[in-house]
Amino acid sequence: MNPTERFIPDRLTTPMQRLLKSWETLLLLVAVGIFTMNSFASPYFLDAWNLSDATFNFTEKAMIAFAMALLIISGEIDLSVASIIALTSTAMGAAVQYGAGTTDIVLIGLLVGLLCGAFNAVLVTIMGLPSIVVTIGTMSLFRGISYIVLGDQAYRGYPADFAFFGQGYVWWVFSFEIVLFVIFAIIYGVVLHKTNFGRAIYAIGNNATAAQFSGIRVQRVKFILFLLTGLMAGIAAICLTSRLGSTRPSIAVGWELEVVTMVVLGGVNILGGSGSIPGVVIAAFVMGLVTFGLGLLNVPGIVMSIFIGLLLIGVIALPRLLTMIAARRA
Amino acid sequence: MIRNFLISREAILLLVILVLVGIISTRFPGFIVPANLANVFNDTSPLIILALGQMVVIVTRCIDLSVAANLALTGMVVAMINTMAPDLPIVVILMVAMVFGAVLGAVNGILVWKFEIPPIVVTLGTMTIFRGLIFLISDGKWINAHEMSPNFTAFPRAQILGLPVLSWIAIGAVVIFFILITRTALGRAFFAVGGNPHAAVYTGINVGRTRFFAFVLSGALAGLTGYLWVARYAVAYVDIAGGFELEVVAACVIGGVSIAGGIGSVGGALLGALFLGVVKNALPVVNISPFWQLAISGSAIIIAIAMNARANRRKGRFILKQAEQST
Repeated sequence: MNPTERFIPDRLTTPMQRLLKSWETLLLLVAVGIFTMNSFASPYFLDAWNLSDATFNFTEKAMIAFAMALLIISGEIDLSVASIIALTSTAMGAAVQYGAGTTDIVLIGLLVGLLCGAFNAVLVTIMGLPSIVVTIGTMSLFRGISYIVLGDQAYRGYPADFAFFGQGYVWWVFSFEIVLFVIFAIIYGVVLHKTNFGRAIYAIGNNATAAQFSGIRVQRVKFILFLLTGLMAGIAAICLTSRLGSTRPSIAVGWELEVVTMVVLGGVNILGGSGSIPGVVIAAFVMGLVTFGLGLLNVPGIVMSIFIGLLLIGVIALPRLLTMIAARRA
Repeated sequence: MIRNFLISREAILLLVILVLVGIISTRFPGFIVPANLANVFNDTSPLIILALGQMVVIVTRCIDLSVAANLALTGMVVAMINTMAPDLPIVVILMVAMVFGAVLGAVNGILVWKFEIPPIVVTLGTMTIFRGLIFLISDGKWINAHEMSPNFTAFPRAQILGLPVLSWIAIGAVVIFFILITRTALGRAFFAVGGNPHAAVYTGINVGRTRFFAFVLSGALAGLTGYLWVARYAVAYVDIAGGFELEVVAACVIGGVSIAGGIGSVGGALLGALFLGVVKNALPVVNISPFWQLAISGSAIIIAIAMNARANRRKGRFILKQAEQST
């Protein structure tokens, strides 16, 4: 093309057109499609209580995914989240052995999550180390501490009212976890899309140097994001431990993969700079529906992980494949 | 040149390993007996072989988290071939293992090269897919020692000149990779791609294809180790070598391979693996629970990257000083 020639569209795209062409709309269609297929595949699917049970598949992971989405948009990643859950759960279990009550357990859970996040944050933002390796290291370290404490043992004996966080219902079929999920979805959506802090995250993800020169405290924002991810992992640990009623060092193994998959499936660019919370919310439902539907069809968990792996790669590969085919045709 | 070696990462690591072995042997003289050291080396051989492949991948600015899953899948495939055709010569098994592993590596490579998907996403995905495939082909069943033919399980343990074949394969891999890295165009290309991909393009190197070859090499080594692993422990099931990919990455990072690409050496990967191997084998000797292993390798990764970062920073200042002096 001649460099002076420019492509000028006949008309601008309207917000409606953009919405229809967006990743979120496509994802929503996929979710509706899976929902319909599931309801045909199994007669037990369309039951309010069954659907309510299905939400437990993704609520805990999705809570972490909101914070992880912000972190990935800013150009960093945290692969240690599942290990933070293990360490937090171990700390809570240990506290129970010393006779801690429910309030103490929850406070300890939040605190340990925050501390783990702060540890990652210090290594990445203050010492300037790459987050992928740092969190691969802390992934071994945090879970390693759980193994040192617990070995092949398990902590049990959580107080009865602690069970509310993972097993309680707020109203009718709506569990405490799904309500928490909705509240966090709104909070993170507002923070990312409606505040200066959210804009700063996008700016950092697109060009950290430019963001620094336009007056954004890049390292401080990243520090806060690592703290938030640790905190959310702590909250997920409280819910999960309460739901399972016991702590083993192998708790939540492999969750980091599912959380990252959820975020990427939600349309967040793994290289940073773009993505949205509504996308992550729909992706959470898609993954929940897929695993629940396959579960109703008696597909074993490890085979489901093939689907999740294919979903992760396929979701990124498909748009590129389409553009490659389009480019070849043109 | 000697001074360069003395301040190098390899020399420091070698010193650390020697001091570690020294301290252990003052308390437990049995640890330093040649037979035991050979045992430690043999035990670390799979880690050494995988670390070599991972080193090449990391040098090109990628990462391969699927090596352990590749190992397990290839191990299961050759074990199943062995149960169906017990008379197949070991040479054929070795070829099948390497080719199958290389194909799995090529899948990663194609996704990174042609689809330009970030390597960490690709290999996180293929890691779970490979593990799932093992379950699919094996139905979740174990293949035990009595189902494998005797020569299949005996091969890695056969002694040549006092060392098991497994150790000799690790030594052979180190030698081949040393030649590949320091004496071939492909070896230079790995470093060029990792050091500065844009500059590499201008020197006529195909960045994507070079990365593809790195993944194929890593996959072939993972496949080879898959057979050796299954034969040595005489068992194949879904979860063998679970989490081993982290140990492999840890060995590389400890060995001074920079995760930002372009920096790394065969000696570093070898010593990084040996360090972890010595720690792992020393834990039961000094009566520490093996549950400490995970936390120790995690701490070792963090300390090693912190040291890498500091070393790089110092190098940066030095160049600036030189530039100031020359003007």
